[in-house]
Amino acid sequence: MSNNNSAAAVESHGFLHDQKKRRIVGDIAAHLFLAVLAVIWLVPIVWVFAESFNKNTAPYTSSFFPKEWTLENYKVLFTDRNVLNFPKMFTTTFIIACFTCVISVIFVLSVAYCMSRMRFRVRKTFMNVVLILGMFPSIMAVTAIYFILKAMGLADGNMTIVALILVYSAGTGAGFYVMKGYMDTIPTSLDEAALLDGCTRFQVFYKIIIPICKPMIVYQAIIGFLGPWLDFVMAKVICRTQSNYTVALGLWLMLQKEYIQNWYARFAAAAVVISIPIAILFILMQRFYQESMAGSVKG
Amino acid sequence: MFTKLSAIVFGLGNIVRKQYVKGIAMLALEVAFFVYMFTNGIGYLSKIPSLGENKGGKELVDGFWQYVEPDRSVVILLYGVCSIVICVAFVGLWVLSVRAAYKSQVQMQENGKAPSFMDDVHELLDAKAHLLLMFLPTLGIAVFTVLPLIFMISMAFTSYDHKNLILFDWVGLKNFATVFSNSGGTVNAGLFVRVLIWTLVWAFFATFLNFFLGMFVAMIINRKTTRGKGFWRACFSMSIAVPQFVSLLVMHTMLQPQGAVNRMLQTWGWITDPLPFFTNATWARVTVIVINLWVGIPYTIMQITGILQNIPADQYEAAKIDGANWWQIFTKITMPYIIFVLTPYLITTFTGNVNNFNVIYLLSAGDPTPLGDSAGKTDLLITWLYKLTVDKQDYNLGAVIGIMTFIVLAVVSLITYRNSGSYKNEEAFR
Repeated sequence: MSNNNSAAAVESHGFLHDQKKRRIVGDIAAHLFLAVLAVIWLVPIVWVFAESFNKNTAPYTSSFFPKEWTLENYKVLFTDRNVLNFPKMFTTTFIIACFTCVISVIFVLSVAYCMSRMRFRVRKTFMNVVLILGMFPSIMAVTAIYFILKAMGLADGNMTIVALILVYSAGTGAGFYVMKGYMDTIPTSLDEAALLDGCTRFQVFYKIIIPICKPMIVYQAIIGFLGPWLDFVMAKVICRTQSNYTVALGLWLMLQKEYIQNWYARFAAAAVVISIPIAILFILMQRFYQESMAGSVKG
Repeated sequence: MFTKLSAIVFGLGNIVRKQYVKGIAMLALEVAFFVYMFTNGIGYLSKIPSLGENKGGKELVDGFWQYVEPDRSVVILLYGVCSIVICVAFVGLWVLSVRAAYKSQVQMQENGKAPSFMDDVHELLDAKAHLLLMFLPTLGIAVFTVLPLIFMISMAFTSYDHKNLILFDWVGLKNFATVFSNSGGTVNAGLFVRVLIWTLVWAFFATFLNFFLGMFVAMIINRKTTRGKGFWRACFSMSIAVPQFVSLLVMHTMLQPQGAVNRMLQTWGWITDPLPFFTNATWARVTVIVINLWVGIPYTIMQITGILQNIPADQYEAAKIDGANWWQIFTKITMPYIIFVLTPYLITTFTGNVNNFNVIYLLSAGDPTPLGDSAGKTDLLITWLYKLTVDKQDYNLGAVIGIMTFIVLAVVSLITYRNSGSYKNEEAFR
């Protein structure tokens, strides 16, 4: 490099200029690329939104976007409770999601902390067992879980809410791997300092590790909250009667042959209504997520 | 003396040494175990070898025909499995009780008194915090993951199919032979191999395309000079906010022969016939992979953004001072860090994709299905399993498929996981 020093010094002006040009071209390309991708990602969502105001309630209309617009779909969705009681499905799912979210965050944090920071006898065994269990297809156990819930008396009536909360949150402790990976990057010197200052292991957990892990907690909370809204198989096996249906089952039912002709636009309206709590929560969490990311462990 | 008696009366050694709470808890568990065994447990355990023989039906009692409930083999099998698990737990409790009694005896001799209840609680918050923190999660996993699995695995060795729904028997390895024979039928070796290969191809593309494209987009957003980072991220996260279930159903209707996409292309005059999204095998396979990208990339972006922001900035500065270009920085700092944190995530995503029920079932439902086969061209092992168990009620064949899925996954992921950096060297980035 030393031979070229003088040459580089002469050309430094042109070189800088060139670099600036390259950066501008790169910026334009990057923004264009992102814009194209954003359109691809947003089109189906915009379409659902538009479809929810469609006056023509049948599927497979001739145009991509509706021709006549109306608010009727939303009104009917919440007032017509005879065929499918959507408001009830919504509250049921919301309750389940809240409980699952809290329980899963607690479970994942505790297990990840133990795996990352404590050293005890069955630690590696536990990790391997969980890894192996995760490889069994979950659909395989669905029928068995239904029988177990039946034996516990949770399979009928309003107890299905409790049953679903149990089913969605009980096994979440097994999903500790990402959280553990994150905790592994937190310097142990923090723990050691706290232990020297007389903290117990438990205090280290909730006074030091949890605040640092906020971003991952946010991630985990999103996952936990979304679970019940998205799950279809488990809910279908456990909720045998329509009165206990969750939102996912209700939406699926709206697209079945008996309903689709009248319910297609209402399906879109319901999809919009469901996405709202999730979207609000998501925006709140993302702000929080970025803030805590910037302020985790410094230096 | 009391220590030895603790082998029979649990917790006695602890009660005598004034550890009342601990001792009484153990005693209560022992009593509960025996009550359960004598009321239900023994009955079910004794029926396990035969899985029930009473066919039920009408029976003449005192001159009247009475309906007699048949033995339900499923119930017997389930409670039998539960009883076995409870017995194993009881043995564990026995070991625990003797050990606790011995420990308190030793401590009595050394310190003059055994640790009080408060001491135990304090220890649970400190050196033994893992016992406290792990208890409920482990219990949850045991009851809702391990127990159902043992139950379903045992089904693979029975004749529980659509012909024997109430009463069935142990048949040994016969179901495995059915799956791996070429004797025709709706389930055979050729079909199994075809589904298996497609499952692996799907999981590979779904995992690695998602990961690399997601990482690419995340890094473009994360460039220093990219404007409106929050806006771009919000655009992509919109699709997470819409439940996956909904977007998949919407995609499914949009891609139908008379759906919105084909309509649009036809009105623009780009195509004359509808594109065969779910009717041609190759089209269907590519379609599900591409749509899975739409579903999965936002999650990858979220994950990787978090990790990118957590990479210590001093490493980048040091690299720049040493004259590294962006490619060197990427391959020597960013990639190793991301791989280190995300290897477990990649493995779980791979297994998750092998078991990705929603995308396939809601999008293509396994179609196109050749006539006479029980699995379609885009069916994964998992959706095949679902079709066999829920639609056709052939639980035994479904269980065999489940076990085979497990074996495939176990082999793939244990090898990769054991060779990964985050397993071998957990402290690398501290």
